[in-house]
Amino acid sequence: MSPALPDGEAAPADGSLPRGLAGPRTSAFGVYLHVPFCSVRCGYCDFNTYTAAELGGGANQVAYASTALREIALAGRVMREAGLPGRVASTVFVGGGTPTMLPAGDLVRMLDGVRDTWGLAPDAEVTTEANPDSVTPASLAELAAGGFTRVSFGMQSAVPHVLATLERTHDPARVPDVVRWARDAGLAVSLDLIYGTPGESLDDWRTSLDTVLETGVDHVSAYALVVEPGTKMAAQVRRGEITLPDGDDQAAKYELADEVLTAAGLGWYEVSNWARTPAHACRHNLAYWRGDDWWGVGPGAHSYLGAPAGRADDGAGPDGAGPDGAGPDGAGPDVGAGVRFWNVKHPRRYAAALEQGLSPAAGREVLDDDAAHLERVMLGVRLRQGLDLAVLDPAGRRAVAGLVASGLLDGRAAVAGRALLTLRGRLLADAVVRELVTG
Amino acid sequence: MVHHRPPADESRSTPELSPIPTAAQAARIAPASTPPELLRNFCIIAHIDHGKSTLADRMLQLTGVVEQRDMRAQYLDRMDIERERGITIKSQAVRMPWAVADDPALDGDPKAPVTPYALNMIDTPGHVDFTYEVSRSLAACEGAVLLVDAAQGIEAQTLANLYLAMENDLAIIPVLNKIDLPAAQPEKYAEEIAGLVGGDPADVLKVSGKTGAGVEALLDLIVRTVPAPVGDPDAPARAMIFDSVYDTYRGVVTYVRVVDGDLNPRERIAMMSTRATHELLEIGVSAPEPTPTKGLGVGEVGYLITGVKDVRQSKVGDTVTNSAKPAAEALGGYHDPRPMVFSGLYPIDGSDYPVLRDALDKLKLNDAALNYEPETSVALGFGFRVGFLGLLHLEIVRERLEREFDLELISTAPNVVYTVTLEDGTEVVVTNPSEFPGGKIKAVREPVVRSTILAPSEFIGAIMELCQQRRGDLLGMDYLSPERVEMRYTLPLAEIVFDFFDQLKSRTRGYASFDYEPTGDQVADLVKVDILLQGEQVDAFSAVVHKDQAYSYGVMMAGKLKDLIPRQQFEVPIQAAVGARVIARETVRAIRKDVLAKCYGGDISRKRKLLEKQKEGKKRMKTIGRVEVPPNAFIAALSSDSGGGKDAKDAKKK
Repeated sequence: MSPALPDGEAAPADGSLPRGLAGPRTSAFGVYLHVPFCSVRCGYCDFNTYTAAELGGGANQVAYASTALREIALAGRVMREAGLPGRVASTVFVGGGTPTMLPAGDLVRMLDGVRDTWGLAPDAEVTTEANPDSVTPASLAELAAGGFTRVSFGMQSAVPHVLATLERTHDPARVPDVVRWARDAGLAVSLDLIYGTPGESLDDWRTSLDTVLETGVDHVSAYALVVEPGTKMAAQVRRGEITLPDGDDQAAKYELADEVLTAAGLGWYEVSNWARTPAHACRHNLAYWRGDDWWGVGPGAHSYLGAPAGRADDGAGPDGAGPDGAGPDGAGPDVGAGVRFWNVKHPRRYAAALEQGLSPAAGREVLDDDAAHLERVMLGVRLRQGLDLAVLDPAGRRAVAGLVASGLLDGRAAVAGRALLTLRGRLLADAVVRELVTG
Repeated sequence: MVHHRPPADESRSTPELSPIPTAAQAARIAPASTPPELLRNFCIIAHIDHGKSTLADRMLQLTGVVEQRDMRAQYLDRMDIERERGITIKSQAVRMPWAVADDPALDGDPKAPVTPYALNMIDTPGHVDFTYEVSRSLAACEGAVLLVDAAQGIEAQTLANLYLAMENDLAIIPVLNKIDLPAAQPEKYAEEIAGLVGGDPADVLKVSGKTGAGVEALLDLIVRTVPAPVGDPDAPARAMIFDSVYDTYRGVVTYVRVVDGDLNPRERIAMMSTRATHELLEIGVSAPEPTPTKGLGVGEVGYLITGVKDVRQSKVGDTVTNSAKPAAEALGGYHDPRPMVFSGLYPIDGSDYPVLRDALDKLKLNDAALNYEPETSVALGFGFRVGFLGLLHLEIVRERLEREFDLELISTAPNVVYTVTLEDGTEVVVTNPSEFPGGKIKAVREPVVRSTILAPSEFIGAIMELCQQRRGDLLGMDYLSPERVEMRYTLPLAEIVFDFFDQLKSRTRGYASFDYEPTGDQVADLVKVDILLQGEQVDAFSAVVHKDQAYSYGVMMAGKLKDLIPRQQFEVPIQAAVGARVIARETVRAIRKDVLAKCYGGDISRKRKLLEKQKEGKKRMKTIGRVEVPPNAFIAALSSDSGGGKDAKDAKKK
């Protein structure tokens, strides 16, 4: 979760959704469950998470699963009332924070809530994030038994001084163990890495990559460190205590990661994600990049519901207040191309709203066609399958040739009708998007 | 005596006591019928902030022409900019009555016979850029009050204007102002002034414009010291224009001093430089509000309204005559204002170009020295190349454009006019460095100025060093007092328009003052340095500099742009070149990473908004070849060290 919530209009207190959502759709539906707790806050972290001390005791942590279940129930109700077709959840992702700060039973209970409200597809992918030091063979087995299929460990680095700078407390030696325990429990495993930490050398980074490969995992995510304003690390940088590596250093490390992982049989399928086969890709995350629907449960969580298939292309204006626009609550705004909304950030305010039977949503934005187009290009181009050039407007299509010439898009893919980033293009993906949406 | 009272009339018991003439006396000095011997035309020569406007305010009050309740500070300064900056840009005249005892020995004696006089105070512009206007104002006077701050002493500009007044044979009345200040050193500076104008330090009048102390004595002294104007009342009319102001409601108001003959309402007048004729719609005097009169006779100062809408039809220095009975010969000293400094003015928002054009057209109505023509810059878009009298003029015009027309502007570094003689003998006049011709050049001439620097003598070495760096030639040096020195240099104007004044200030801890006047031109070893971005010339950064300074300019500008130009998807070489020869090179390395690593559900809105913002930013980018440059990068590169205008602000702070 990003630190600051976006600007948007206020969300209705009863959680009611905009008009125009009713109707058939082809998109899948996923559920994100946020767990806003950590044992310690890492210096670089700007996520919406709290330590026990910050919340003034552990009471909220104990009650959290029950509170989240209230939102799940509310979500099911307002989606029904908006006329959305019943869809089972294809994917569930529990993120944080550190979800495994909660007892495995709590996580399973939340998953049960999802199953009760929407139903769970038989082949559903159910992932939880975890810290290497907050799982045991028993807790992993309990998760697997409760329906979890996948676990993503926040390994970040194999090098002690890098972990220390990141203020990660886990013992790197534990990582191979937790990976084995998870596999023994029947869970698919992913490891998360961070590169570009102050003080990290190229060799340090290679060590981390090698360590990952030794575990034999089928999925790796690697993220360049971003120091967000307001974090402890931002203050350290400001005071000159640490120096951030520049973009060139991060680019070199990205290139190394791609080289090492590809050589080991892990292919990139998204800018920051590599998997052994397409079947090992994280389906939940793919749903974000493909513009599917999802409901985010928990403080600060975002949700997105797109307009029914074909609707945005029918030229339905963002304010189709015509006589036919009356839905169950005819006074609300039209959904336009889709609606995104987000919950209040603080767990106490979140819990308070739900206890009063109110929606925890703080704000929302109705996407117009331009915004939806930009998101579609921005997200779609990040994927290995590339972006269908038919999605682009004429100016965007005209820009493709120049991007191929500059070595940012793959020429063969372009001929085949897809905008596919080259390695250099992946590192300059934002520049590519700006070209594709401005022509 | 206390004279803060309304104009006296016959009902007052001791009318003679007041130096404000009685009604009977006033009849003798009515405009259009005042004998020249009862007229006194004078101006005040003073440095910015030495209190000229405040002294003028006191005079207006003491002579009763401005009622106490109508008084506001710096009454005569009409433009907001003038009042704020404490400087007078445009001159104008005000007529004040003042009665003086015929025998100075009887001053203050209520029974003493007195004579009324009409005093015309001509408020001269106070800055070097307006030397020509100053000279015309001086030519309209017979005397000048030399006003010097008793805490600061005389400044270079004042000295220059003083010399100008002495050349015009004006009677000089030296006066020390601000004697009420604790820091005042009247004795010290009286000696300095006496040394300059000749005479006894004891004769230097000491006044305070603020408290009014000594101002009456000054008015008396003006009557007794300044000669009465002399002219031929029967000759064909000749009046000199010393100022010309555009008024939204009345059109151009022309201020004149009548030399010979007279001007009368409803007659046709002719401008002798253009032979254009106009009907005189109104003629009058400023007292200080415009007051129509039956005409203006020999020696009188007043205004004319003809209904023309552009000050170019009524030029400062021109001679007005009667079109039916024209004078044979114009008064001397007239010339067209000639721009000395040029700069490109561009709207930061390109869509403001028409607004800028209209604004310049409007300012031109009131500023005969302003000239401009459209110009296109690769880096800055559409704008104008504007000619100015000097740096202050540039700064004032720019400030008025920004303030009165709500424009955001960027100006290129000011440059002078070069005359380039090619091998084949062709002459090219260059007002924009990017148009400096390539190829075979025989000679380049640049304008030079004669400058005067006044400073404490401890800074002589520092000043000499600066002037030498700036290719100056020492003409001479004089001590005004043991502690203060006057240094005279010939300097290329181009060296002055580029941060000279800032440098002078910093090397003399702010104590030096500076003035200059154009004295012609000289041949110099000048070259054009171009700045190239990926091989494309960035016109706004081309500069004509001395051969020896080409390298340092090139290194400085290339380095500056390297820091300001964002990294592109490809490597961008920045080169400084003289002709085809590259003299400096920097490289903006290609950007390697421009992607957000994490983009999941909660990141999408933020990320989209960021891209939308970048998309907007991309639209505003200026493109040089393939290189996208944010407009503020060019602005930043142009703003620092350009020198333009900072002088004027510093001058004000002094």
